[in-house]
Amino acid sequence: MSRMVQTRPLLLTNARVVDPSQGLDDPGAVLMVDGRIVAAGSSAGNNGAPEGTEVIDCRGLVVAPGLVDLCAHVGEPGHEHRETFASAGRAAAAGGITTLVAMPDTDPCIDDPALVDFVATRARRTSVVRVRVMAALTKGQEGGELTEFGLLGEAGAVGFTSGRGAIANTQVLRRALTYAKDFGALVCNRPEDAALKGAAVMNLSETAVRLGLQGIPAEAETVMLARDLRLARLAGGRYHASLLSAAESPELMTWAKDRGIAATASVSAAHLTLNEMDIGAYRTFFKLSPPLRAEADRLALVEAVKRGAIDVIVSNHDPQDVETKRLPFAEAADGAIGLETFLSAGLRLVHDGSLTLLRLIEAMSTRPAEIASLEAGTLRTGAPADVIVFDPDEPWVLNAKDIISKAKNTPYEGGRFIGRVRRTYVSGSLVFER
Amino acid sequence: MIKKAANPYGFSRPHLLGIEGLSPLEIIDLIDRAEDNIELGRQPSKKRDRLTGRTQINLFFENSTRTQSSFELAGKRLGADVMNMAVGQSSVKKGETLIDTAMTLNAMNPDVIVVRHNASGAVALLAQKVDCSVVNAGDGSHEHPTQALLDALTIRRHKQRIDGLVVAICGDVAHSRVARSNVLLLTALGARVRLVGPSTLVPGAFRDMGLETFTSMREGLKDADIVMMLRLQRERMQGSFVPSVREYFHYWGLDEEKLSYAKPDALVMHPGPMNRGVEIDPAVADGPQSLIREQVEMGVAIRMAVLDAVVNAQGNGAEAFR
Repeated sequence: MSRMVQTRPLLLTNARVVDPSQGLDDPGAVLMVDGRIVAAGSSAGNNGAPEGTEVIDCRGLVVAPGLVDLCAHVGEPGHEHRETFASAGRAAAAGGITTLVAMPDTDPCIDDPALVDFVATRARRTSVVRVRVMAALTKGQEGGELTEFGLLGEAGAVGFTSGRGAIANTQVLRRALTYAKDFGALVCNRPEDAALKGAAVMNLSETAVRLGLQGIPAEAETVMLARDLRLARLAGGRYHASLLSAAESPELMTWAKDRGIAATASVSAAHLTLNEMDIGAYRTFFKLSPPLRAEADRLALVEAVKRGAIDVIVSNHDPQDVETKRLPFAEAADGAIGLETFLSAGLRLVHDGSLTLLRLIEAMSTRPAEIASLEAGTLRTGAPADVIVFDPDEPWVLNAKDIISKAKNTPYEGGRFIGRVRRTYVSGSLVFER
Repeated sequence: MIKKAANPYGFSRPHLLGIEGLSPLEIIDLIDRAEDNIELGRQPSKKRDRLTGRTQINLFFENSTRTQSSFELAGKRLGADVMNMAVGQSSVKKGETLIDTAMTLNAMNPDVIVVRHNASGAVALLAQKVDCSVVNAGDGSHEHPTQALLDALTIRRHKQRIDGLVVAICGDVAHSRVARSNVLLLTALGARVRLVGPSTLVPGAFRDMGLETFTSMREGLKDADIVMMLRLQRERMQGSFVPSVREYFHYWGLDEEKLSYAKPDALVMHPGPMNRGVEIDPAVADGPQSLIREQVEMGVAIRMAVLDAVVNAQGNGAEAFR
């Protein structure tokens, strides 16, 4: 186990303490003892600290709950050449993530309680951050038969996902949402109509026409999202729309939320910070699924995060190797890594005035923890001391040689950021420092 | 023996198509009449002459060894000539419609036709087209009235009452005609009926009927006097309604632990045929609280009472149906 148990009490002082779970954004301190938060906020240091406490001056730095990433493809088991729990854990810690939810599209795919248990055990031994598992929604991720929501949940699965594709069969999704209700389970679907997408590879737009690439209409997403939300209303289970990309999708989410439908949604950090123009001359590291769309879509997604129509931001970390990316655009695999740039990418939205820091941390930590029913995303007394310290104003450039992830397919190569993680604590012990 | 002075509020209908629409007194009358047949069934000579010379046709569009045998035995004990139509191999396969079959059989002048069909409402449709009594032996997911009557008889013999009992009906309620008939009968006689199972098998619309529904066996079985398990059809087990047998048994299979949530003297019932290890643990199915074997015996007694009642309610013959 790479993660040590905290031995000395720790006081992070003179910091800007941000904790969305308490609506907190104040100068103050955070005290951690025995791997738990003891106090956080402006008066946290006032009652003194236990003898032997290590005090760290965090002047100019922000202290916040560690980020919770609800969507990361790791590759273990089956694709260890792309990423392992060890390498993903290191990258996550550098990006401010203390809990990473691994996707089940591994080999074998995670659709059995024994596999959930295997992944949890393996990750606990090798990863510096917490790793939880999202199990497959259907057996073999084939979109037909439901998996054992009850037994998988007891084994530790935090939710059930359709994976990279959607559940096309409406009856299957309806039954999944109905059955999930009995266990309070979270059902995640990737709303993307495979038939409407066809063999298209990027956003349907003038850019696609110019590049001679087949375009995916926004309707591939919105048609299915509208369907899913009605099924969620019919069945009553907790629905989560994974990875929205289109400007109209937040309107559908608002429609559902206004009616009290138990629906939440996520968007990737890449879709909030990049658009289809970044593809430039067929740059495959910008080939994502769903596709990067127009600037108007990006702006609508940012606004949706601000308003809460989209609940959470995820990394959608998706390591690909040279063989799958160094290909003509249409033939290249989808996906980009996103763990180590997670917080910094999010901070772009704070610096450009789109989001408050409080809302950013909420969308990257507090809210995802709530949705996945995790004991995380908060600095409340008694919570696990999963804490990050970051400099919100440090400028830096991402150089390819510095990439921590095993896979190097970042869309931010050479990218400029303002704000960077300095320290990451999991259960009060330091797992990353810069 | 037979009560010669007919109960003026008792059951005197030419058909038994369902529990729906029966008054509590009619239900009780049928159960009372069945009581008389129980002792008879335990005698060396079990024969009566109530239906001597009458013709009973068992028309089963769905295979059912148990129910068909029970009706056959009941008819024979009453002295009727019983004919089993194996519809599976008959002209229905050649494209004859339900109505054609009914008209053909009707031309043979039967006195009662016992029908099972896989479509809800099919038995009532057939009853409109024939000039004899019709007994519903199960239509689709609609009703199975003789099963509910035999269950009530079984319960009453052990608990001396139905009124005020808490009955938990567990499992595949959505597709169960047994559940619907039992709900109607037991609530008519004053029992508190709960439905327990996963939401995929216990649709919320049952709450609109005024029934309590539960997902958890622990909550649903709490203080229950009767635990009635339903059969889970094999095609519903593998991923469409429930993900697997092991998950279903883990959460909704009746084992000794789950039975312990019910009252200590709770009784266990199952309409059969059972899937041991799916909806019920063999230790419970064959345990001291199980009435499952007795239900089979009560089935013959109830079906005798029903056949006797409908045929002898016909009055002066076929005119009653015109």
